[in-house]
Amino acid sequence: MTDLPLVIELTILVLAAFLGFEVIAKVPTMLHTPLMSGANFIHGIIIVGAILVLGTADDTFTKVIGFAALVLATANVVGGWFVTDRMLGMFKRRPEPKRDSKEPGQ
Amino acid sequence: MISDPDVVGLLYLVTIACFVVSLKFLASPRHARKGNWVGGVGMLIAIATTLLLDGIGNWVWIVIGLVVGSVVGVVGARNVRMTAMPQMVAIFNGVGGGAAALVALSEWHNATGPVWDETVSIALSALIGSISFAGSIVAFAKLQELLSGRPIVFPAQNIVNIVVLVGAAALGVAAVAGVEDQWVLYTLIGLALLFGVMFVLPIGGADMPVVISLLNAFTGLAASATGFVLDSTVLIVSGMLVGAAGTLLTLLMAKAMNRSVASVIFGAFGQVQTGAGTARADDGRTVRATTAEDVAVQLSFARKVIVVPGYGMAVAQAQHDVRQLADVLEERGIEVKYAIHPVAGRMPGHMNVLLAEASVPYTQLFEMDDINPEFPQTDVALVIGANDVTNPAARSDPGSPIYGMPILDVDKAASIVVLKRSMRPGFAGIDNELYLDSKATMLFGDAKESVLKLVSAVKAS
Repeated sequence: MTDLPLVIELTILVLAAFLGFEVIAKVPTMLHTPLMSGANFIHGIIIVGAILVLGTADDTFTKVIGFAALVLATANVVGGWFVTDRMLGMFKRRPEPKRDSKEPGQ
Repeated sequence: MISDPDVVGLLYLVTIACFVVSLKFLASPRHARKGNWVGGVGMLIAIATTLLLDGIGNWVWIVIGLVVGSVVGVVGARNVRMTAMPQMVAIFNGVGGGAAALVALSEWHNATGPVWDETVSIALSALIGSISFAGSIVAFAKLQELLSGRPIVFPAQNIVNIVVLVGAAALGVAAVAGVEDQWVLYTLIGLALLFGVMFVLPIGGADMPVVISLLNAFTGLAASATGFVLDSTVLIVSGMLVGAAGTLLTLLMAKAMNRSVASVIFGAFGQVQTGAGTARADDGRTVRATTAEDVAVQLSFARKVIVVPGYGMAVAQAQHDVRQLADVLEERGIEVKYAIHPVAGRMPGHMNVLLAEASVPYTQLFEMDDINPEFPQTDVALVIGANDVTNPAARSDPGSPIYGMPILDVDKAASIVVLKRSMRPGFAGIDNELYLDSKATMLFGDAKESVLKLVSAVKAS
């Protein structure tokens, strides 16, 4: 990847911090869990790092570490996404038609 | 294969834009689910771009890693019950932090020469990622009740923790100063893992919303630090977005408890305050127990009922039955609303997720500031497994450890019914004056059984 000057990278970092605060400044309590879970999914972006490490590994040590990182990061990405989607699928504006008294799985 | 760095950069930029839109949408109930999809598309673009980069090999291992990770993720996400959501969030947080630390470790292993800014990033990523990993595992164990949810404390805990953390930081400084031995980073990671375990151990269940948000921020920051090592803007920006989101949530949660983040982490709540804020039960007031039948009559004649759910509802998995009770009451023309305290439960927004699972429309759920003015016009406040967030001592008793914490004004309702397993005090270890209120009655027992009894009693009356 292109080698950016440190100052540019720091500038990007600081602007991203402000952006993050602004974007989610007024999230309602109701969505705190999905937001956290969604943010959880986004930090799965570390999968890019894991692929780079494993994909360019020459020695066994790096391969093992890279492989472990890739498994963890993939679980983060996939699990984080599905949990968030499942959770958000439950949020409804209006009541749905009445179900039977017993919910599944209880 | 993509070899043009500009194309690569542009594709990653699309990912960044997707993530920002995703977070924006996640903050609004109408677009939240779409937001998650946008984020998913962004992630796929980033993964595909990285896989297509020049010089990527070891395909067999990459494919196996992707498959194994996906299976673990899908199986975990699909099968988890909504009541177990806090520990699920904790564990996905932990694996992300662990991945960041491992990436840092391999970069250290393969570093060609000491470049100070890269070493700083490696040390930070290893440090924060390891803390997040170990801390999340302990948080998971506590929430899953593999470990006691009560604070686990030992003498001189804070001093030991600080020594461990300073030790890890010192190793980081040594690495930056030019010590290139492999053991430097191994030891750093070891100490950071130890610190992660020890800093979550003394934190009790009710403080978990703060800790989970904080660990979330940590993992984001670790990913961001890794971005500096790999010169990857997509990692820097995405990690920082999560870092900001997690920090904001942490501060919100701490504010909702009227405590500083530091006091949550170093305070070992329920441990320090002994004898403070004890309810004065000797002034002639006593707790009145009631029966499901009596409560059913009370509810049937009410015009407006506010349900106040807490962690007890989650433990008993009573959310579906609570909704059923609300349905029965609504059929009789009684207005039912839910009052949600920001730190009710074990993670930010815990009650909302549970009630959403039980198909309670979110238009019936009200945040503290919106619902508090309505309690004076409410006939019955039905407190289901909530405790400290309803304790009027937070308003009136400067000696109470929760003094100043914003609470739900349950005591302003015309009558109060508390569903509670026993008279055991809540997480803060203090008695709840609400129970001595002349308008309050207690219905003892498991929340689920009590609510089911109420449903049939209301139907019969």
